[in-house]
Amino acid sequence: MTTTLSESGPEAHNEIVSGDLLRFATAGSVDDGKSTLIGRLLFDSKSIFADQLESVEQVSKDRGNDYADLSLLTDGLRAEREQGITIDVAYRYFATPKRKFIIADTPGHTQYTRNMVTGASTADVALILIDARKGVVEQSRRHTFLATLLGVPHVVVCVNKMDLVDYDEQVFEKIRAEFTEFASRLRVPDLTFIPVSALAGDNVVTRSENMDWFDGSPLLSHLERLHVASDRNLVDVRFPVQYVIRPQQNDARDYRGYAGTVASGVMKPGDRVLALPAGLETTIASIDTADGPVEEAFPPMSVTVRLADEIDISRGDMICRPNNAPTVTQDVDAQICWMDESASLVQGKKYAIKHTTRWARAMVKNINYRVDVNTLHRDEEATEIKLNEMARIRLRVTQPLFVDSYQANRQTGAFILVDEATNKTVAAGMIGGAAHQY
Amino acid sequence: MKSHVLSQLRSLEAESIHIMREVVAEMQRPCLLFSGGKDSIVMLHLAVKAFAPARVPFPIMHVDTGLNFQTVLDCRDRWVERTGVQLVVASVQEGIDRGLVREEPNGSRNRIQTPVLLEAAEKHGFDALFGGGRRDEEKARAKERVFSFRDDFGQWDPKNQRPEIWNLYNGRVHQGESIRVFPLSNWTELDIWAYIEAENIDLPDLYLAKEREVVERSGMLYEVNDFTPLKDGETAQVLSTRYRTVGDANLTACVESTATTLRDVVEEVAAVRLTERGATRGDDKVSEAAMEDRKKEGYF
Repeated sequence: MTTTLSESGPEAHNEIVSGDLLRFATAGSVDDGKSTLIGRLLFDSKSIFADQLESVEQVSKDRGNDYADLSLLTDGLRAEREQGITIDVAYRYFATPKRKFIIADTPGHTQYTRNMVTGASTADVALILIDARKGVVEQSRRHTFLATLLGVPHVVVCVNKMDLVDYDEQVFEKIRAEFTEFASRLRVPDLTFIPVSALAGDNVVTRSENMDWFDGSPLLSHLERLHVASDRNLVDVRFPVQYVIRPQQNDARDYRGYAGTVASGVMKPGDRVLALPAGLETTIASIDTADGPVEEAFPPMSVTVRLADEIDISRGDMICRPNNAPTVTQDVDAQICWMDESASLVQGKKYAIKHTTRWARAMVKNINYRVDVNTLHRDEEATEIKLNEMARIRLRVTQPLFVDSYQANRQTGAFILVDEATNKTVAAGMIGGAAHQY
Repeated sequence: MKSHVLSQLRSLEAESIHIMREVVAEMQRPCLLFSGGKDSIVMLHLAVKAFAPARVPFPIMHVDTGLNFQTVLDCRDRWVERTGVQLVVASVQEGIDRGLVREEPNGSRNRIQTPVLLEAAEKHGFDALFGGGRRDEEKARAKERVFSFRDDFGQWDPKNQRPEIWNLYNGRVHQGESIRVFPLSNWTELDIWAYIEAENIDLPDLYLAKEREVVERSGMLYEVNDFTPLKDGETAQVLSTRYRTVGDANLTACVESTATTLRDVVEEVAAVRLTERGATRGDDKVSEAAMEDRKKEGYF
C-alpha cells in the first residue's frame, strides 16, 4: 500500500514528540533582555535540565542577585567574548507538546549583519526586542530590515521591560504606532506586538496579570499557534537534483533515481515534468523513499524521483513543470551581504557560486549600489563592499542557473559566493527585485 | 485538503538526509564515525535511508578502544551484516603497541583514541567525517556548524568557520584539509529517542533496563563483570538498571531505571527534561550521566 509520510511514520505512533518544527531568529544585545527572554522560554517551558538550573541559581546567588539570572542559561557567548573569540550564531532548542522550536540566537552588535543574515535565512519568525524605556531604536529598524530582506514571513515585536514602565499601555501603544509606521515601508507580511517582561515572566509563557489591557496571546502561545505551513511555496515545483542513485548491485541494477530535497511545490507521480537544462519533458514514474513510494512530495521532504523516460540528468539539474519553469539565466541581479573580513567584493573579481545544488563560477559585472543597513541610504558611487555591508550587484555566471526571485522562492532565489583561493563562504545573495521600497 | 506539514521528526530526518547527500555528492571520500552508541546508529540508519535502494556509499569507522561491551560489538556486526556497509576498524590497542599513544593512568582510553582516529582518517584519505554531535549537548556546541572545517592538522579553529546560510553548505577544502559533518546538529536527545522508537531502530540491549548485578562507587552504579569486578570490601546488589551512554566498558556506569521498552525510554527521557527545580539524588545521577554523555560523544 502506498502511504504518505504525513500519514505514517513517527507522528502516527508518537504523541510525546508530535507537532511540527518552527525556526525563529532573535537578534539584539544583552541589554535588550534577549538572553533573559530566551532563558525564560526555556525555563518556563521546562526545557532545561535540573543541573543547568541549579548552576544558574548558584551563580546568581554567588553574585548576590535577588533572582535567578536566566540569561546565564545562554551564556556560552559571554565566555567567548571574554576570550576574544568571534561571537556567532548559537542554536538553541526547546519543545512544547505542540511544536519543536529551533532558535537562531544572534548577538546584536559584533558582525551583526553577517550573523543576522545567517540566522534569518532559514527562519519562519523573527523576534525583535524593543526596550520599553528606549522605544524604537536604530538597531530595531536594522533587524527588521534584514529580516524582511531575508524573507522572514512573520515578525514578532516584543516590547520588553514593561515592568520598568509600570506596565503602561500608553508606552506600548506609542511604540506600536511608531514601529508600524516604519514597517509599512518594508514587506512585513505578518506583524505582531506583545508587551512582555522577560525578567518577571509577563506574557512570555503565561498571560500577564499586570496588563489586563492587552488582549493578545503571550509569546509562547503565539509561537505555538503561528500558521507557517502556508508560508511555503507549494505552487512552483522546483526539485534541484542533488545526487543520482544508481545502485551498482545485482538486486537493483536497473534502478535510476534522482535524489533531492523538494525546494517548492507539490510533486505527484504521473505529473508531467521538465528537466533543465536538458529541456526535455517526461512524467514522474514514482517518488521513492526508504519507507516506500509516496503519493506526493512537498518541501522540505527529501525524496528520490524516478522518471518515465531516460533523460540525461545529473547533480545541479532542475526538475520543474513544463508550464511553470524558473528563469534560465547567466546574468543575475542580486542583493548581497558581504561576510568576509579579509577581502572586499570588487568589480571584475571572480568567485565560485553555489545555487541550489549547482556550482559555477561568477564574475562581478557591476556594483549598482551599496545599502547602508542603518540608514538604508544607497551609495551609487561604491566601488568595494566590505564585511557586513549590503549591496546590489550584477553577476555573470559561467553556466545557466535556474532561478526565481528570492521573494517568490527562498530556495531557488538564494546563492552563496565562495572565494576560490581561500574556499571561504564570502557572501549570501538574494536574487531579484529589491524587497523594500526605501 | 492535505495539510502539507511535515512532522518535526520527519523534518529533522529530511534535513539530515539532505546533509548526507550533499557530502557524498561534493566530497571525495567521506566516512561515518561509528561508536556503537545510539547517535552513531541513528546516523547510520539515516545514511541507509538517504541512499536506498543503493548501499551506503561510504565506509563506517569504529575506533576500537579494546574496552567494548560485547553487546555493542554484536550490534555493530548486525548492522554491518544487514546493510552491507564497509567497516574500518582503527585499533587503539594497536596504537598503544606501536607507541603512537600511551595508556592513561586512570585506564580511560577516551582521550587517546583521538590520535588513532586522526591517523586512520589520514591513512584512508577521508576528507569528510560524519559525527553524531548535537548542538543541544552543551553550550559550547550550540554554535558548531553542520559542516565544520578542519585544517590539515585536523584542528578546529572557532574563529575560522564558514557562515552557513540557508541549506547551501560549502564543503570545499584544499588538499589535506577536511570537514567534520554533523547531520544530527538540530536533534535533541528526546528527538533521537522518539525517532529510535518510531523507526524501531536496532540498538545494543544495554540501553534497556533489566536486572543487573551492580556495585556502587562514588554514587555511580557499575555492573559487576570482567571489566569492573568486585573489589575487596564491596558488596554487589541486584537492581533494575540501564545505560544512558555507551563508552568504555570499564568506565561506563548505568542508572537505575525500569524502562524495559523503547517507549519506556522515551517517556523516561521526556520526564527527565521535565524535572522540576531542586535536584534530587536521582537527578544528580542524571546530570552525571549527561556529563558522561558529552565526554563520550565528544568523540573528536
